[in-house]
Amino acid sequence: MPKYAALIYTQDLDWSSDDQAETSKQYGEFGEEAGSFIRGGEALYPTSTATTVRVKGGRGGEVVTSDGPYAETKEVLGGFYLLECADLDEAISVAAKIPGAWNGAVEVRPVIPMG
Amino acid sequence: MSGAEPLAEVIRVEGSRIVAVLARSLGDLTLAEDALQDAAVAAVEVWGRTGAPADPAAWLYVAARRKALDVLRRESERPRRERDATALADQLAPELPPPAVVQDDQLRLLFTCCHPSLELDTQVALALRNLCGLTTAEVGRVLLVGEAAMSKRLTRAKRKITVARIPFRVPGPEELPDRVAAVAAVVHLVYTAGHEASGQDLVRADLCEEAIRLGRMLTDLLPGQLVAQGLLALLLLTDARRPARTDATGELVPLADQDRTRWDRAMIAEGLALLDRSLEASEGLADPYQLQAAISACHDRAPSFARTDWAEIARLYRFLAEIHPNPMVDINASVATGYVEGPAAGLAALDGVAESARGHAWHAARGDLLERAGRHDDARAAFTRASALAPSGPERRHLEGRAAPGGPTRGGRPGR
Repeated sequence: MPKYAALIYTQDLDWSSDDQAETSKQYGEFGEEAGSFIRGGEALYPTSTATTVRVKGGRGGEVVTSDGPYAETKEVLGGFYLLECADLDEAISVAAKIPGAWNGAVEVRPVIPMG
Repeated sequence: MSGAEPLAEVIRVEGSRIVAVLARSLGDLTLAEDALQDAAVAAVEVWGRTGAPADPAAWLYVAARRKALDVLRRESERPRRERDATALADQLAPELPPPAVVQDDQLRLLFTCCHPSLELDTQVALALRNLCGLTTAEVGRVLLVGEAAMSKRLTRAKRKITVARIPFRVPGPEELPDRVAAVAAVVHLVYTAGHEASGQDLVRADLCEEAIRLGRMLTDLLPGQLVAQGLLALLLLTDARRPARTDATGELVPLADQDRTRWDRAMIAEGLALLDRSLEASEGLADPYQLQAAISACHDRAPSFARTDWAEIARLYRFLAEIHPNPMVDINASVATGYVEGPAAGLAALDGVAESARGHAWHAARGDLLERAGRHDDARAAFTRASALAPSGPERRHLEGRAAPGGPTRGGRPGR
């Protein structure tokens, strides 16, 4: 069965903080409900903790880091799931149950099968 | 069977059925299309020498299947495979399935092409390419996009259908109404693309027939879906007047001057019956297609332009504007008002149309109302403006004719 990454874009929030208890509870409920489709996934610390890494001048070149996310946007990648679904319709119906879908948006991307 | 054109036509019509069967069996529209393409090339070569076989569809299917199997065999030998090519090969029926299965597959493919995860323009392009069998260049012409850009867009869309696994199936009962509405919108756009260009380009005029074929397919296979019935009624009731829309030289003939004996009475009768059935089932006017069909029916029923029931048409347009706000509806409502309450009232209503929506249709409607108000100079100026904004073709030539000094005072064909 094909796999899909469900990339969750919401406000830049700290999912580790108690303030997010209600949303975290909703994610817990989603995890139980969609358990049969979920093959992996993580929540990310806010973008203030991000470091963006680039190598200048091709492979082996100078490592340049910058403080912050790859792109400054209002909604940011805050977490992801790896889903295994029969087809895009099923993946969309599962993604629509992720709390991020009503707090922001969920991008569903097919995963390239390897091996 | 002789000459290249009928051959190309057979390949276009039969090919679009075969693509549907292959796409469903393989779950891969790109592979299906490539296989058919190869088969079509072979067909042109072989049929050109020996004449078309008794059953061209069966021939094309067998040839396309062989091509698809070749590709899958090569793929199954690759060390890192993207899919189970052997399993896919087993799913290909050795012969073309019976017509009922083919039609089911076409319906599935239509739902795939009109999937909400694709942009509307792309949905229309995919439907034109894969259900109506147009070439990429023809699709580009219809949608006013260059061939290279259209090819890129179609390739990207097909890849998405394949790798994201947009399914080839008719959606379940819960999603069906929304999805049928999306399909109906695309079929309507296919019709509009054909209708707007009729007389100018034969391929495009064929699109009217293609859209009606798809509309029939929807109503036949999904008899409970009222949106499909309303859509087909609209298409039939509009298309019935197509024979009178252009004269022998391909110039546009406005409704007021059309030879009503050239309207297709059988098509009107079918459309009216369908509209009645759908209105009964929905217990009154419910959706924009039914409303537009009812408006079209008013024109079809009128024994002459002068005896058109404009009051009813104005009422229907007002209702339509409420449930489906759209500047084109406002313009048409203003025209109808002009016939019911007089040109001054129509002009006042036109002034209420948003500035941004004042394209050639708005200026043409204004010219018409000004002329009926006896303001001939103002009318000519409005028609001049309208013709400058209109896309080239019969409609622009018609507007130019009305803008010309000493041109027809109402509705007539442009002097040349």
